[in-house]
Amino acid sequence: MTKEEIENGTADMEIDQRELMNGERSELNAVPDGFNANYLKVYYGKLFPHADIFKWMSYGNDGKHPGCDESYFGRREFSFTLDNDIYLRFQSFNSVSQLENSIKEKCPFKIDIGPVYSVDPAKRHAYAQSGNNVFTPVEKELVFDIDMTDYDDVRYCCSGADVCLKCWTLMTIAIKVIDPALRDDFGFNHILWVYSGRRGVHCWVCDPKARRLTNEQRSSIAEYFRVYKGNENSQKKVSLTSSALHPFLLRSYKVLEEFFEGNLLSNQSLFSTEERYEKILEMIPDESITSELRGKWQDNKKSSISKENINVDRWKHVKKILKSGKQKGQGLGKCVEEIVFSFSYPRLDMEVSKHMNHLLKAPFCIHPKTGRVCVPIDPNHCEEFDPTAVPTLSKLLEEINMGGLGTDDDAEWDRTSLGKSIRFFRSSFLQPLLKSCKEEIENSYNAKLQHSKTSLTW
Amino acid sequence: MEIIRSQRKPVHIDVVPTLPLYRSAPPLEVRLEDFELYAMDRLRVLKGIADGLSRGKKSEEMKNLADHLWKANMRHLDASEVVNKDIISHFVLRLVYCRTEDLRKWFLSMETNLFRYRLLFEKAEVQRALMAEFDLPYRAASNAELESVKEGLKQVAQSFGQPLAADAIFYKVPFEEVPELVAGRRVFIHKGYAYIAMNQVVSLVSTQFRSHLSKALILTNRKWTSTIREQEKDRLTPIVEALCSSYLGPDYSQPREFAEISIKDIDQIAKSSFPLCMRHLFEKLREDHHLKHGGRMQLGLFLKGVGLKLEDALAFWKAEFSQRVGSERFDKEYAYSIRHNYGREGKRTDYTPYSCQKIITSAPGVGDHHGCPYRHFRTNLQYKEFLGALATNIDGVLPRSASWSNQLFICLRSKKNIHMRMYLTKFILLYQLLMHICSKV
Repeated sequence: MTKEEIENGTADMEIDQRELMNGERSELNAVPDGFNANYLKVYYGKLFPHADIFKWMSYGNDGKHPGCDESYFGRREFSFTLDNDIYLRFQSFNSVSQLENSIKEKCPFKIDIGPVYSVDPAKRHAYAQSGNNVFTPVEKELVFDIDMTDYDDVRYCCSGADVCLKCWTLMTIAIKVIDPALRDDFGFNHILWVYSGRRGVHCWVCDPKARRLTNEQRSSIAEYFRVYKGNENSQKKVSLTSSALHPFLLRSYKVLEEFFEGNLLSNQSLFSTEERYEKILEMIPDESITSELRGKWQDNKKSSISKENINVDRWKHVKKILKSGKQKGQGLGKCVEEIVFSFSYPRLDMEVSKHMNHLLKAPFCIHPKTGRVCVPIDPNHCEEFDPTAVPTLSKLLEEINMGGLGTDDDAEWDRTSLGKSIRFFRSSFLQPLLKSCKEEIENSYNAKLQHSKTSLTW
Repeated sequence: MEIIRSQRKPVHIDVVPTLPLYRSAPPLEVRLEDFELYAMDRLRVLKGIADGLSRGKKSEEMKNLADHLWKANMRHLDASEVVNKDIISHFVLRLVYCRTEDLRKWFLSMETNLFRYRLLFEKAEVQRALMAEFDLPYRAASNAELESVKEGLKQVAQSFGQPLAADAIFYKVPFEEVPELVAGRRVFIHKGYAYIAMNQVVSLVSTQFRSHLSKALILTNRKWTSTIREQEKDRLTPIVEALCSSYLGPDYSQPREFAEISIKDIDQIAKSSFPLCMRHLFEKLREDHHLKHGGRMQLGLFLKGVGLKLEDALAFWKAEFSQRVGSERFDKEYAYSIRHNYGREGKRTDYTPYSCQKIITSAPGVGDHHGCPYRHFRTNLQYKEFLGALATNIDGVLPRSASWSNQLFICLRSKKNIHMRMYLTKFILLYQLLMHICSKV
């Protein structure tokens, strides 16, 4: 259906509404699945939370306090990917209406958020001439990108672009490992986790300290989180060499073990076939142990162990033998932990986090391949998140249709499945963030006043 | 600094109770004789440190060695002159060692090591004073703070295999100030603060020291080449250049000094004159018609260093490898890196052969034959195999200016005395090689 048909059809639909029970999908309301400019136009017109994004990106610099930096929002880079892969970089706006109008007009298939520069990106050419690096990023959120394809060697339920509830556990684990570390170790508070729309998650750390980190500092945080180092050529990709684990790894291991044993073992059937268990045996650097295990399992065809328990049982064998300390081989000390880490520890995209000028997709965009909205994820309830149940563009449009005429325009999103996400975004992230920003602006303003008072000399 | 020939006026500078940071040349007057003598004394200390490191001494031993060397060489009859000697000798050596990339690298490395070992001996107050000098904003964590993070501190200490001392001092620092420690997970971090142990502070201060010195050396080099060398050509320049050549490290920048070796001679020369490490690689290559990467590099660059031309090298390696992998595969997979070693590919660096230090500290793995036999060979059988081929009755004195002399001595003295005969022989083998080559010139 075209947009006109959707809009013109509302009058008829209103009548039919009364005949429907509980918002059932009727032929008239149905919007075929898809992703196209027409759908997007409605989305950007009625649902996309322009004002919330603006407030977020302003970080309290809304002009209401004398200490506000009125140029702040205007120095932020946005980039739009249009239809036909046309890519517009260095877009900047001076107000929420400029932002909103540009999005509605250009209807980008993807919106990326870049850094805040020293000067308005639109004026960058004027400053490039001086050669003093005057046009340079000055602030950017600390971001992380975790993508399911990086785990293809340890998930058997899907591969490539597919994602299901079974492998989604890996994302749940990632959030449960990284989020507490960001808060407890690094002391960050304003953290937003977002579904990437298809097969991963993004994390935005928005504390002032985080936004001002240099590339080197970002790199060090990414390295702090890195455990997996290798490619298809390295035999052992996780190497925990030290005699004891760093507290961060110890804490993470508790989470990993719980999910590995309680979920991944069975859902991924890690030991059920020879090909699969060989992969794990490869990580054990002791021939005598691996041949003992192999022998035991090859005999198993005769045994009475049911298919369901085969994975759990075989893992028990592995643990028992490795922890028994019978064979004091080299490199066995942390072998169990290494296996667990290999299959479950988060795999970050290092490059995304290391550079201040990296552009990352904005929350609440729609993913072109799946039509799903990039909704926030609550880290405290991330085990309940279901990527297959995330609202799609077409579903949202259907829901708008069912709303009918005469309703309050401003809160149309609230009557759709998007409402929950936007409300969550505001209450758990945006409001606390803005409150803290205002405080910071006030304090720094007062400090400056104090300083100038005391330093007056005649 | 003012260099004067005749009697000196005693200059007193405040004796600062910290290590000098050598930020700028102080306004001292130095006698010309002292200019050279102080420098040589300090050079003995630095050389001693280099020697100790190449023997693989651990850091506790090195700390004591550095202390011993310092006390033995850097004293002065006049107590107030001790600091002056320290400072003057450092700046003189800067002149000597600023002039090429290799020299700067060596000097930077040894001076930083010296600084680090001396710092480890200093009291906590001195260390803190130095932190302040470098603008490092560290604050000692209070007992209450330490109590609350004790568990985490213990775990981090255990991850290094070290127990946590009961009275250990920790510095509380915003985590972003210590990116290397964070990246390596070598500190405990809590609520945005990193808790740094004393020895890590030393490490961080040393890193600052190193980076300052590195920049200073470049500047010194510029000044040297643009003004000082010419200005001082009758006075300091000859001293500086002499200081350098007595202790110069390998100088392969003039390969033309050596005559060439041709392939037909190579077996003969290998038997009679190659050092053991190269001899072993050579024999293995003849035997297996193959060498792994480490071996190819070590032997290949050595052959280049003794004068094997690129065309001959390609022919030599191809003759061996093609017996194992075929000549097509050789051309496809191995020829490129041989040309690369000779500076004909890629960024066109004319790579220098490995020094003994590099060979000794390499880590050959399964299937490798490179490394230093005296360090890496595990069974006596292997030693015995080599003994068979050794000549034992040659005496001779290695000319002082021969380029490999320093590395030889380090290698020779790197193991226990029971192997002295072998070392002497290696010494002699290398000497023979030199003589052999030089005689062809």
